[in-house]
Amino acid sequence: MNYSNLFRIAIRALIRNKLRAFLTMLGIIIGVASVIAMLAIGEGSKQKMRGQISSMGTNMVMVMPNFQRRGGVSLGASSSMALKYTDVIALRNEAVDVGAVSPEIRASGQIIYSNKNTQTTIYGVSEEYLSIRKLEVLSGRVFNANETRSMAKVCILGQTVVENLFGKGADPVGLSIRIKNLPFLVIGVLKDKGESGMGQDQDDLILAPYTTVQRRLAAIDYINGIYASALSEEKSPAAIVEVEEILRRTHKLKESTENDFRVMSQSELLKTITSITDIMTYLLGAIAGISLLVGGIGIMNIMFVSVTERTREIGLRMSIGGRGKDIMKQFLAESIILSILGGVMGVVFGYLLARLAGSLMSSQAIVKTQSVVLAFIVCFVIGVFFGWYPARKAANLNPIDALRYE
Amino acid sequence: MNTIIEIRNLRKDYHVGEVTVHALRGIDLKITEGEFVAIMGASGSGKSTMLNILGCLDKPTAGDYLLDGINVSSMEKDAIARLRNQKLGFVFQAYNLLARTTALENVELPLFYNPKVRARDRREAAIRALEAVGLTDRMHHMPNQLSGGQQQRVAIARSLVNDPVLILADEPTGNLDTRTSFEIMELFQNLNEKGRTIVYVTHEPDIAKFATRNVMFRDGKIYRESIVTERLNAKEILETLPVEVIEEFD
Repeated sequence: MNYSNLFRIAIRALIRNKLRAFLTMLGIIIGVASVIAMLAIGEGSKQKMRGQISSMGTNMVMVMPNFQRRGGVSLGASSSMALKYTDVIALRNEAVDVGAVSPEIRASGQIIYSNKNTQTTIYGVSEEYLSIRKLEVLSGRVFNANETRSMAKVCILGQTVVENLFGKGADPVGLSIRIKNLPFLVIGVLKDKGESGMGQDQDDLILAPYTTVQRRLAAIDYINGIYASALSEEKSPAAIVEVEEILRRTHKLKESTENDFRVMSQSELLKTITSITDIMTYLLGAIAGISLLVGGIGIMNIMFVSVTERTREIGLRMSIGGRGKDIMKQFLAESIILSILGGVMGVVFGYLLARLAGSLMSSQAIVKTQSVVLAFIVCFVIGVFFGWYPARKAANLNPIDALRYE
Repeated sequence: MNTIIEIRNLRKDYHVGEVTVHALRGIDLKITEGEFVAIMGASGSGKSTMLNILGCLDKPTAGDYLLDGINVSSMEKDAIARLRNQKLGFVFQAYNLLARTTALENVELPLFYNPKVRARDRREAAIRALEAVGLTDRMHHMPNQLSGGQQQRVAIARSLVNDPVLILADEPTGNLDTRTSFEIMELFQNLNEKGRTIVYVTHEPDIAKFATRNVMFRDGKIYRESIVTERLNAKEILETLPVEVIEEFD
């Protein structure tokens, strides 16, 4: 029997039981749809996080003091003071793979404008900080070298701070606000950046010259961190090594001593987050895969019922010349058609589900071609695998017994 | 005349638990082309076993069975299936039509298993077979829209469609009323006149009288063989019967 005949016979047999065929497919449809949707949501959130992290600058290199703990006791105070402004100068002068370098000093406090107030973090930085962190000025300007030298009380506001103090969309450039009771002149407003990949508001900040924050607000002589940018994303591993060498030298650390600082790069962070979201995606996919397996067992169950119910039909087909292998092929074809058709519907349904979920979660759901191809292969395998045993049972029936079956 | 069936010392034993049942105890039978044979006997006489073996649905325990010159006893399973497809046509007491499948598609079914028939000739062959049984106007009806007699005609068309050398019928009139039984026998007699070899099983002596030869089975042996002397003509009988008003469902 040739294959077009085979599939015609199988399709006719399925059409005779439309409702049952559909219910059988439902297991596969739900299984495939959930796999496709889960993978698409996972892929979508991965891409979203990736985008957000790259928007922070993929060539960014961060230096933080290393908070050492010994036997559970934090040696925080002394080690958190490890970084000094001289480190920034050393990096600026000596590091070859590093472009811009900026210190970061954090202070938090109450900000007041007329009868409104808010709590936020004030970042003391140099002008390069904006290019390193990919921040842009929406209106006004960035502080200049003169203002830095003179510890001028000028600041640049993030959008959330603007919203809290002045209302949405206001332009407070030229107005004066009070930070920890000191009057500061607003010289610029930053462009909106939205939430970070980890759900942090990236607009809730104030930038000011590092000298101003260090002396007037925080009153410390060390710095909280250094932000630098490698010359390119590819050079960031080299930049990390270089930064480490330079800082060990300026900190006069002996061979045996551990670093009193930590160097991290955004590309490393990206890798970590990508691997985490990958694991999430596979986990979701695996759970959805279980429902696909259950769908496959559903097919096997129905094929068994079908073989029993159609025993007389099998007997008749044998009596008019159907060979065991023809019967077997017919039942296999039926289960493959069921699973592939279920797969097609599942892909469509899963795609719609992914789009719906994507719009609800305000992240795009991306259906990759690979997952669609994979779904079809899995469906075909399920059709063959779970159809095989019932089909063999049908093929091995004795024609007389099958004909007499009541 | 060609010999269609030649059976020599054929035996069939069944093992039911530890008991061996001798269903057939040495049968010798010869059927030539163009014969119309009725196999008769009480239940348990071995006539159904005989028909199953003739139809290559069952294998004999011992003895030879030559169908159209081919020794079936020594054949492979798949080759026997081809034999059933191309040399034999089956008609069952319960019609055994596929439900929710039109008469035409039911008749086409054996052609799907025949590699010699091309797809485009299939429909035409099925229509010709339905013409032969006089059912062209019911081609697209489902079995449940047909009367018993019509369903049996579809089954006969199905048995004819591969142009077999032999048609085997197992109690073909067993589920039908008298008039419809005669109609089916009329159809068989017509086919026989056109040269078809037909073997059927029946336990009704009346129905056996339409054949040319009767073979009587008893206890797994042929008890009596006889040429039918007062052969009945189904067409003539039907003309004498009062015409019933048959309600048609359309």
